[in-house]
Amino acid sequence: MILVYVDHDRGVLDELSLQALAAARGIDADVQAVLIGVDAVALAPRLGEFGVATAHVGVHDGLTDYAPMAAGRAVSQLAERLQPTAVLAAGSPRGNEVLAHAAAIMDEPFAADCTSITLGDGVSEVTRYRWAGNVFEEARVHAPMLYATTALHVFAADPQSGSAPAAIVEFAPDLTPADLAVRVLERTGGGGGGVSLAEAKVVVSGGRGVGEAGFGPLEELAELLGGTVGCSRVVTSAGWRPHAEQVGQTGTKVAPDLYIAIGISGATQHIAGCKNAKTMIAINSDPDATIMSFADYAVIGDAATVMPAIVEAVRAAKG
Amino acid sequence: MNVAVCIKRVPLSPGRWSLTPDATAIDTSGSAMGWTLSPHEECATEAAVQLIEADGGEVTAFSLGTADSTEQIRELMAVGVSRGVLLETGADEWDPQATAAALASAIRDDATTYDMVIVGTESADTSGYQVGVRIAHALGWPIVTNVKGLSVTGGVARCERVVGTDREVYEVSLPAVIAVKDGVNIPRYPSVPGRIKARKKPIDTVAPTATPARLEKIRLALPPQETGTATVLGTGPEAAPRVVEVLKEIGVLT
Ligand SMILES: Cc1cc2nc3c(=O)[nH]c(=O)nc-3n(C[C@H](O)[C@H](O)[C@H](O)COP(=O)(O)OP(=O)(O)OC[C@H]3O[C@@H](n4cnc5c(N)ncnc54)[C@H](O)[C@@H]3O)c2cc1C
Repeated sequence: MILVYVDHDRGVLDELSLQALAAARGIDADVQAVLIGVDAVALAPRLGEFGVATAHVGVHDGLTDYAPMAAGRAVSQLAERLQPTAVLAAGSPRGNEVLAHAAAIMDEPFAADCTSITLGDGVSEVTRYRWAGNVFEEARVHAPMLYATTALHVFAADPQSGSAPAAIVEFAPDLTPADLAVRVLERTGGGGGGVSLAEAKVVVSGGRGVGEAGFGPLEELAELLGGTVGCSRVVTSAGWRPHAEQVGQTGTKVAPDLYIAIGISGATQHIAGCKNAKTMIAINSDPDATIMSFADYAVIGDAATVMPAIVEAVRAAKG
Repeated sequence: MNVAVCIKRVPLSPGRWSLTPDATAIDTSGSAMGWTLSPHEECATEAAVQLIEADGGEVTAFSLGTADSTEQIRELMAVGVSRGVLLETGADEWDPQATAAALASAIRDDATTYDMVIVGTESADTSGYQVGVRIAHALGWPIVTNVKGLSVTGGVARCERVVGTDREVYEVSLPAVIAVKDGVNIPRYPSVPGRIKARKKPIDTVAPTATPARLEKIRLALPPQETGTATVLGTGPEAAPRVVEVLKEIGVLT
């Protein structure tokens, strides 16, 4: 049996966790899920569609919002009791964090961002990302139970219509005040309205070639296409745009239907964050820029004149 | 307030990646290659230096790695780190469990008592997402990871992290471990007097205890290189109508 940590945000299912469920089903038909917090009770039955027969929900008075140390403790306690062959999660910031806690508590190894997993008796073999996916590592994990996360957008969620809803089994984790001390106290900013970069279907991304004053048309195009604005590290380092918009190895990893890279050269660290886009359009004054070998389509030209023309054409097409 | 930062010497990431002939490491022999610090850890150090500038105290940089790691410790001394502790290893890579255990005991056994340990959420090269978390459990301290905003008042660290379009706020009492992300601040450049002072600052060397790797690297591999070429839709603003056609074809414009 494989136990998968399925994340949620105040009762909203984390879609990335479905990728970890798909990876688990590729290894073992017996997949159970663990979710943390009473908010998860309502969403857990839906996991039946993703191959989960039983969903364990950790319920505790102190667990009112995301609390990573407590979640790691709860997952490790459940794993100790159920003795799965592996504990998996999505390689998202939260998935990696919760599994790192669980593995640290059990003093077991943890392999983050795996692209393949072969379980063995006491020794498992994994391939995992280093350098945010620019380099692969083949590794052996020496442990009776494997703690690992799956690299994002490598495994596709595979819903099976007509499957029975997952059975809910609540459990009460044994948590200390210290475990519960690390938890979300409040939330600021955004709070609805804006499209989140990680989940956007269209990302209009600008680099050095856009210039500090050139982001206006990018914002307009993002709005027209129901997407959001991204950027390169040069842009955030210069303070032109907030770091939350940075795409890449040290920024956000995106997998939109369309990624438009404007005035971005295509450095490996940038590509690490956008290579899973379904379609990429590059807009660059240099026809030989590296980005051209990743893009599906290109427009050669100055962003300052090309972008306003595209905004106008899209506006006209929308009528 | 005394702050320990944990930092790692990593190869400069190249435009084109290549591996050593035995495929166990990044080839750093090329002329454009060199070594640097991971950006998360530059930010970790900047955060620590800002805290002691406000509150007094000292920043110590701990690094587990080969003797060459003193180069990176010196770089950080030029921007405000007072002392370095090198946990000297041979050329073989240590796994995250052994690394964290060694760092935690060096921090615990140090003559200075620390109020905070600041690390990067993950290292640039091995991208393991766990050394900070393991240090926190070894010390019995709380940890907040993925931190993009940090302030300390009255012995409490207020941390912000980004989720979608929101910012989450966490507060933990010191002592605590904080794992930052690149972007939590903009690291300063070293000044010339800073560099001169750095040469005289002390670096202690300790010999950490090795344990067999339980996350054992066998070999590295490179993903298939992208060799595609983009279909050029046109040059200049005249290409706009073709862009609209493509947007319709792929269904993002209806
Ligand atoms: C460890 C590490 C982590 C990193 N993490 C990230 C990361 O997460 N994200 C990231 O983006 N980078 C990251 N970087 C930085 C990365 O290496 C590059 O420096 C960066 O991506 C380059 O940004 P850019 O493409 O905007 O700028 P440049 O490389 O300077 O490219 C600018 C491009 O704009 C084009 N251009 C110029 N003028 C115009 C014009 N008028 N119209 C149209 N095009 C024009 C140029 O032809 C060029 O292709 C990281 C680096 C390191 C070492």
